[in-house]
Amino acid sequence: MLYEDGHRASLNGPAPAIAVSGLAKRFDAVEAVRGVDFQVAPGEVFGFLGPNGAGKSTTINMLCTLLRPSAGTAMVAGHDVVRERDGVRRNIGLVFQDPTLDTYMSAEQNLRMHAELYGVDPSLVPGRMRQVLEMVGLWERRKTQVLTFSGGMRRRLEIARGLMHSPRVLFLDEPTIGLDPQTRSSIWRYIAELKEREEITIFMTTHYMDEAEFCDRIAIMDQGEIVAMDTPAALKAGVGADRIRLQTDDDGAAIAALAERFGLEAHMSEGAVTFAVPAGEQFVPRLFAELGVPIQSVSVARPTLDDVFMSFTGSTIRDAEEERGQQTSRMLMQAFAAGRR
Amino acid sequence: MSTATAAADVIRVRVPVRSVRNEVRAIKVVWRRELIRFRADRLRMATSLVQPLLFLFVLGSGLQQLSSASTHGVDLKTFIYPGILCIAVMFTAMFSAASIVWDREFGFLREMLVAPVRRSSIVIGKTLGGATVASSQGIILILLAGAVHVPYNPVMILGIFLLQLVLAFSITAFGVMFAARIKQMQSFMGLMQMVVMPMFFISGALFPVRHLPAWLGVLNRIDPLTYAVDPMRRLVFDHLHVSAAARSALAPGVTWWGWHVPALLEVGIVAAMGLAMLSVAIWEFSATD
Repeated sequence: MLYEDGHRASLNGPAPAIAVSGLAKRFDAVEAVRGVDFQVAPGEVFGFLGPNGAGKSTTINMLCTLLRPSAGTAMVAGHDVVRERDGVRRNIGLVFQDPTLDTYMSAEQNLRMHAELYGVDPSLVPGRMRQVLEMVGLWERRKTQVLTFSGGMRRRLEIARGLMHSPRVLFLDEPTIGLDPQTRSSIWRYIAELKEREEITIFMTTHYMDEAEFCDRIAIMDQGEIVAMDTPAALKAGVGADRIRLQTDDDGAAIAALAERFGLEAHMSEGAVTFAVPAGEQFVPRLFAELGVPIQSVSVARPTLDDVFMSFTGSTIRDAEEERGQQTSRMLMQAFAAGRR
Repeated sequence: MSTATAAADVIRVRVPVRSVRNEVRAIKVVWRRELIRFRADRLRMATSLVQPLLFLFVLGSGLQQLSSASTHGVDLKTFIYPGILCIAVMFTAMFSAASIVWDREFGFLREMLVAPVRRSSIVIGKTLGGATVASSQGIILILLAGAVHVPYNPVMILGIFLLQLVLAFSITAFGVMFAARIKQMQSFMGLMQMVVMPMFFISGALFPVRHLPAWLGVLNRIDPLTYAVDPMRRLVFDHLHVSAAARSALAPGVTWWGWHVPALLEVGIVAAMGLAMLSVAIWEFSATD
């Protein structure tokens, strides 16, 4: 069925870089992923957002052929992840959550080994290596043993290595976890640049709300299911109203005018006229034209992805993680008790 | 670096479809990595020599005082030298195999397992790499032959080197086979104590295999390492000037129910076991998801 989808898509436009249908993974008693469906278009930056333990890494591991799905199908770069593992592997780059560099070797030796394992044409290796190392700002350090690299440098080197063989799809599993804010933002700069320069699709997971904003589309995952999927803007718009704060010459008149002309209920909050309205930015020009009270300043606050996550799952990401932690320790205790019996 | 150097300048490479040539390249690069790592880790080079040198010079010199009567005038160091050659190679080979466990703990194994090459190429590269490292370590001990009254005969040295190569390959395959299942370094160290030390003690590296108590004789014939130590010792004794009595007491050769097992068959046994364990290792790595 998914095959048909794929063929239909290739008639009407480019085939999806990733097409997933009914994908599920069960570990003994735990259903880590409970039948997810989605498609990622070529060139898209697609993000999986959710708390730890939501099933994001399990999904990534199935897509990059490291885990065999319990049910469902997935195609990556036009290859089935179960029947055409090699086809998938040739076309993907991976940056894992945990480091996978050989710290005894230099940056260059790590990249060269990767190129050899992937069978890259030896005459192209030096040029490509320079390109990816320059992109992540490590060209000067290429001869240095990775052992001496900081966490941020190692992550950058992993990204460079993941790109070494010009993959069509790059998987980034929590690319910025455990890094300081400055390094995180530089990693995002590389990813943005990458999107600009290479024809590449990026699939990533994160549990940082602010980072999900960089994605073209995101899927919110909770307890092994996708609970929402759209562009960050659309998801936030779906949550409802933007919040507008006004400072005017006559606040009382402004509140009255808002009620009379726009049917909006406003109130004073922290010294400003505050009210909620859908699509706030489009509303501002009308406000200036029709309010009839001089406006000194206006600000529009968008709902955040935190609000979005909250509205779909009923809890904030942090709460969800804490609860998951408690569940895990409960399960461990049960397993321990069972073991002793 | 700017986005002005856009898509046109990007060097795009291509990952070819799997072929024999690529598999050979993968084997080579995994093999080469073992050598790079060994060269980078000089401490390991030195520490893995400590044990064999202790056995050879300390134990050999010390026990000599007790045994001069029973060795027919042959220096005990000379007698245990072939056995020490074997255990030096064995320990280095086991440590090379152990690096798979490190690779798993530090994540690098994943980088190799997700590459578009056969798992067997990775296992073969790793095994050949370990064998190369271990037998190059063995060269140092070969150079010490003069210190234990063994002549530097070119034929003998070549023979020793080839024997070491076969043994190093088989032991690495043996270690890799276990490493496929072991997730933590501590467990691997435990395995070394449980399996490798008994293999070493029972093999006859430190004593002649004739006139053993029955139970030890049986264990000795089962121990695969016996079939590496024995041809090594016979090879060395072939190039010594010792009395026939000394020869038959110290290097009597392994017998099965009275039948003398030819040296070539012994080497064949070691090689065959190595290949069998390599196959098991490949099967294990291919079976994991």
